[in-house]
Amino acid sequence: MSEIIRNDIIINNHSYELNGEENLLKVIRKAGIQLPTFCYHSELSVYGACRMCVVEVEGQGIVASCSTAPRAGMIIKTHTKRLQHIRKMALELLLANHDRECTTCERSGSCKLQDLAEQFGIKEIRFGHRDQYLPIDASSPSLVRDPNKCILCGDCVRMCQEVQGIGVLDFANRGSKVVVTPAFNKNMAEVDCVNCGQCASICPTGALVVKSEREDVWSALQDDTKTVIVQIAPAVRVAIGEEFGGKPGDIELGKLAAALRRLGFGKIFDTSFTADLTVMEETREFLQRFQNNDHIPQFTSCCPAWVKYAEQYHADLLDNLSSCKSPQQMFGSIAKEFYAKQLGIEPKDLIVVSLMPCSAKKFEAKREEFSHDGVQDVDFVLTTHEIAKMIKEAGIIFNELEIESLDMPFGFATGAGVIFGVTGGVAEAALRAAYEMVTNKTLEDVNFKAVRGMKGIKEAIVDLAGTEVKIAVVHGLGNVKELLKKIKAGEVEYHLVEVMACPGGCVGGAGQPFPNDTAAREERAKGIYRVDRMLQIHKSQDNPVINNFYKEHLDELSHEEIHHLLHTNYGNRRRIKAGKICLTGVDVEELSVSVCVGTCCYLGGSYDLLQNLMHVVENDSDLKDRVNIQATFCFENCQGGPTIKVGDEILSKMTVDDTGKIIEMIKAKLGL
Amino acid sequence: MEFNICNKKCLDEAKNLALETLKKNKVRVLICAGTGCVAGGSLEIAAALKEVTTGDKRTEIDLVDDGCDLVSVKTSGCHGFCAMGPLVRIEPMGILYTKVTIDDVDEIVEKTIKKGEIIERLAYHHPSTNEVYPIEKEIPFYKNQNRVGLVNCGVIDPEDILEYIAYDGYQGIAKALTMTSKEVVDVIKDSGLRGRGGGGFPTGLKLQFALNEDREQKYVICNGDEGDPGAFMDRSIMEGDPHKVIEGLMISGYATGANTGYIYVRAEYPLAVKRLKKAIADAEKSGLLGDNILGTDFSFKLLIKEGAGAFVCGEETALMASIEGERGMPKPKPPFPAQKGLWGCPTTINNVETLANVPNIILKGSEWFRSIGTENSPGTKTFAITGDVANTGLIEVPMGLTLREILYEIGGGIRNNKEFKAVQIGGPSGGCLIEEHLDMPLDFDSLTKVGAMIGSGGLVVMDQETCIVEVARFFMEFAQNESCGKCVLCREGTKRMLEILQRIVDGEGTIRDLDSLKDIAYAVKDGSLCGLGKTAPNPVLTTMHYFYDEYLAHVVDKKCPAGICEALKGYSINPEKCKGCSKCARICPVDAISGEIKKSYVIDTDKCIKCGACVEACPFDAVEVG
Repeated sequence: MSEIIRNDIIINNHSYELNGEENLLKVIRKAGIQLPTFCYHSELSVYGACRMCVVEVEGQGIVASCSTAPRAGMIIKTHTKRLQHIRKMALELLLANHDRECTTCERSGSCKLQDLAEQFGIKEIRFGHRDQYLPIDASSPSLVRDPNKCILCGDCVRMCQEVQGIGVLDFANRGSKVVVTPAFNKNMAEVDCVNCGQCASICPTGALVVKSEREDVWSALQDDTKTVIVQIAPAVRVAIGEEFGGKPGDIELGKLAAALRRLGFGKIFDTSFTADLTVMEETREFLQRFQNNDHIPQFTSCCPAWVKYAEQYHADLLDNLSSCKSPQQMFGSIAKEFYAKQLGIEPKDLIVVSLMPCSAKKFEAKREEFSHDGVQDVDFVLTTHEIAKMIKEAGIIFNELEIESLDMPFGFATGAGVIFGVTGGVAEAALRAAYEMVTNKTLEDVNFKAVRGMKGIKEAIVDLAGTEVKIAVVHGLGNVKELLKKIKAGEVEYHLVEVMACPGGCVGGAGQPFPNDTAAREERAKGIYRVDRMLQIHKSQDNPVINNFYKEHLDELSHEEIHHLLHTNYGNRRRIKAGKICLTGVDVEELSVSVCVGTCCYLGGSYDLLQNLMHVVENDSDLKDRVNIQATFCFENCQGGPTIKVGDEILSKMTVDDTGKIIEMIKAKLGL
Repeated sequence: MEFNICNKKCLDEAKNLALETLKKNKVRVLICAGTGCVAGGSLEIAAALKEVTTGDKRTEIDLVDDGCDLVSVKTSGCHGFCAMGPLVRIEPMGILYTKVTIDDVDEIVEKTIKKGEIIERLAYHHPSTNEVYPIEKEIPFYKNQNRVGLVNCGVIDPEDILEYIAYDGYQGIAKALTMTSKEVVDVIKDSGLRGRGGGGFPTGLKLQFALNEDREQKYVICNGDEGDPGAFMDRSIMEGDPHKVIEGLMISGYATGANTGYIYVRAEYPLAVKRLKKAIADAEKSGLLGDNILGTDFSFKLLIKEGAGAFVCGEETALMASIEGERGMPKPKPPFPAQKGLWGCPTTINNVETLANVPNIILKGSEWFRSIGTENSPGTKTFAITGDVANTGLIEVPMGLTLREILYEIGGGIRNNKEFKAVQIGGPSGGCLIEEHLDMPLDFDSLTKVGAMIGSGGLVVMDQETCIVEVARFFMEFAQNESCGKCVLCREGTKRMLEILQRIVDGEGTIRDLDSLKDIAYAVKDGSLCGLGKTAPNPVLTTMHYFYDEYLAHVVDKKCPAGICEALKGYSINPEKCKGCSKCARICPVDAISGEIKKSYVIDTDKCIKCGACVEACPFDAVEVG
């Protein structure tokens, strides 16, 4: 037996035992001392930039506790005069450069900077204001980026890069001119942003917020010619309470329904109902594909951020995505197709509002696949955070409301529809249906626990009447990236893969209340499973309203009509659609044409020119085999760009309009 | 010439061959091809000298004997005496010609090369005594130096590997390869060598830390991202003696168990890049780099990474991020590079000058190194002296020399015999030293005590006509522009300090500004993430410490004692000189000047906009500024 070594650390004259914490900050927080941070999040890599968590370590001086490993015997002070001076100065400096229009800020009340300024008693900013106001980027349907409120903590950058594996945002410039921006200062709508909004969820200030549609909804509610109905997504019910002083995971569907009625919504429905419908459609689709070994694995498609991700980076897998519309869009479809008719009104006069935990749903609702004759299936999408603000604005005292129930018919859902709100839920709901569809036996234990929990990639093998079905459940796009790499490399094989873009699934969506951290997500997930347990029916196929709906409306429709109503398909979003951008002829006497697609030339439109040239050459039988058009990088003629090279000749400042001229030149060189 | 140096014996043979070749030259002309002299036209001078001494004219002037050039004309690295460039050194006489132009070429050939005569006109003239010093080592600028790291700079042709080998080149690595890694590390540790890049961390310990790591892949990096305004010693070494840097890096590679090295050099140093590239190629060709170096198991590969000119990339974690292709931003330490550096592998990063000292330490031993300099700061240090000093240039002196010796004996005193005010040492990270520090020995520890640092060794000399607030503002502007913007205190703090300093020099500063300035400075110094931020307030803090009166004069009296700050200049008419011609009153655009003809005029300072029109208009120099 080795002797027991004392494993203590002294913090502010008190001794604490170390338990393998990876940094000092964790030890200090465990000791009950709240050190503030902007840039530290246990989900992200240590960045060490905000300098709020500095401590004095005897013999070492001042260090950032987030990036210092604890060592037994360390003697630490957390609130000396020097340290408080650093923190206050950091705050004052941040505030000086921050657009301090707090009263009109979306994040007023949930802003960390505001909080800490108050906590540290900052009453005066000695150093003036921002010297330059940068334009606000509201191009995205889901997010608004206000660089004037950015404190450059880099949380969004690391969230997008490390957790979501995309990297839409990064730092540019130096010194006080540093900004967080998409590449080339493009706006968010032009880049590979999938609208998941995790950046906004982690942003400590109002620099990245989910775009609000509250004013549109108010207008609709106040418009007598419109009938406004609302659908509530599963994850909203376990988070809305947080906005009114409740805890994450508190189930507040009843009060929410009451509040919505008081706001003026005509009918209150449940997205879990169409989730049940999705289960029916998607499970049938899966079983058919599974039996025919056709486009397996099947990927779920209810997460719009994942769908856009797949369109951008894995277009080759799009046929493997379930063709089912998401529950939100199925609801929009059937509401406008059947419910409007039932009410005897035009689809355009039936306004469908969704309450979603999600920012990407705003993007999804606006996809052109989901509108007909200029009428969107879902008109407006409000987040949990937004609907709470509307309730407050209307003067409704949420906590004093008596609970009310949802409306029929679309307000009736099963537990299977509700668990869509958490990672693993879609797969579990599908399994509950698939088992019975395949075996014709009743499933007794509906809980497939292997697919639950916060592990990034979960796997399960389920026995369906003697056949093994391999399932993977993945959440967080960084994990998705990793899993797809393995699937494509043939290292792993699955039949069904559930994908959610946000860590934790919809409970962790960007529309949820702040703080939206791992702890809150876990509690909300527990709430979702509590709802499942509390409901009488746990399987979508047992939902009487669903069965009735099939009998009344769907069974009489043709396959195409059903497909049109409940299914869709998605398209490649790659800039360069083909695998290669090099056309090589076999003829030896070929002319080489190179188009520079280096940054400068690209921005000058060289890529369009390249495509144009390729198009012309491809369709010209004389040229097809004799011209080798290729994209190249930098001729170091950036100022003269876009630059192209025809044979040995360099041509500067070429644009799409010069296509004809260039083709003439190519023909001349080839003696045609 | 192609040759393959496959073992120590080959190396010695190559050395002998190289020495023989050098000996055959009766006269050896070395034209400085450092950046400064090149800018002054030294390459044209070299070309002209070569043309005259070879080619068609050779029979005419009989410079060739038995088919071998008796005169060799070579370009060399920086001689250091940049103020006097272009420089031409003629050996074996040891003559140094200064400020040579292309028109002097024929005369140099005719008189000095052919006849050994000295052209007095081209020799160095002492600015105050006007004494003539034709022989380099007798010039006070050189006389008091001790060139160890720079020993080959200006002496050998940096593009000729054989010349390096002739002067004991690659003997250091050859000796190291007969020792164990631990023995090599111990020699460096015993020598007391400390990093010349700024921090002064013991180099031996750094090597030891990396050696201790039990990992397959390790790296060594040479930090050539010299960025301090006014410092150019690393550039001079890379340009003038590139093989020494390579050899130093090889030895540190062997010492730590690294098989790959990087030289990180700013792209703004194209000549250094070119010479390093050639040196690496030559070393590879001759087998001195690559697999099984000198017939041993040691293999070493060397790559160059050109930096994009960010000052912060001189910080080691930012430098490694830059090599990895990331944005050059510092990361918190620990983990230190020795544990987790480049691509997560143990990495040792040393500055150019540090590495240039390593081969000699191995070859001559730690005792030799310790015999130079002071006990805690052994060895020599190069300094780049610039500013208001007579002899600007690059010098190398033993550690512990006083500022007075450097400024007055080597530097030739303050330019134009003005009065000394201060020296900014260590660039934007350092602090200022004043009169009372003139007799303080310059070494790592004594400088730290007074709030300054050697830094990379930039010495910016200031005379009494320098505004100290403007100096602080200048360095703050540099720090702000070069801040990577990662941590709050450095990014926002330097911005606000710069704003305040700007206000002060614009005449709009207040007493409260001075308090705020100090407040920010201390927070930035204490709280910043990396060395750039931690040291950025040093110029402000030290100038405020030594010249608080001058700050007060700016904010309270609204005066710039040095008469530099435009906004604080006061215009007045000297009644003794004024003849009352009224020219000034007529040209004043704001009618601030009034008076009667033939009587003295006066300026209403409240109205005056300090445009300076009256100064130019006055035929009697009666309008005074100050």
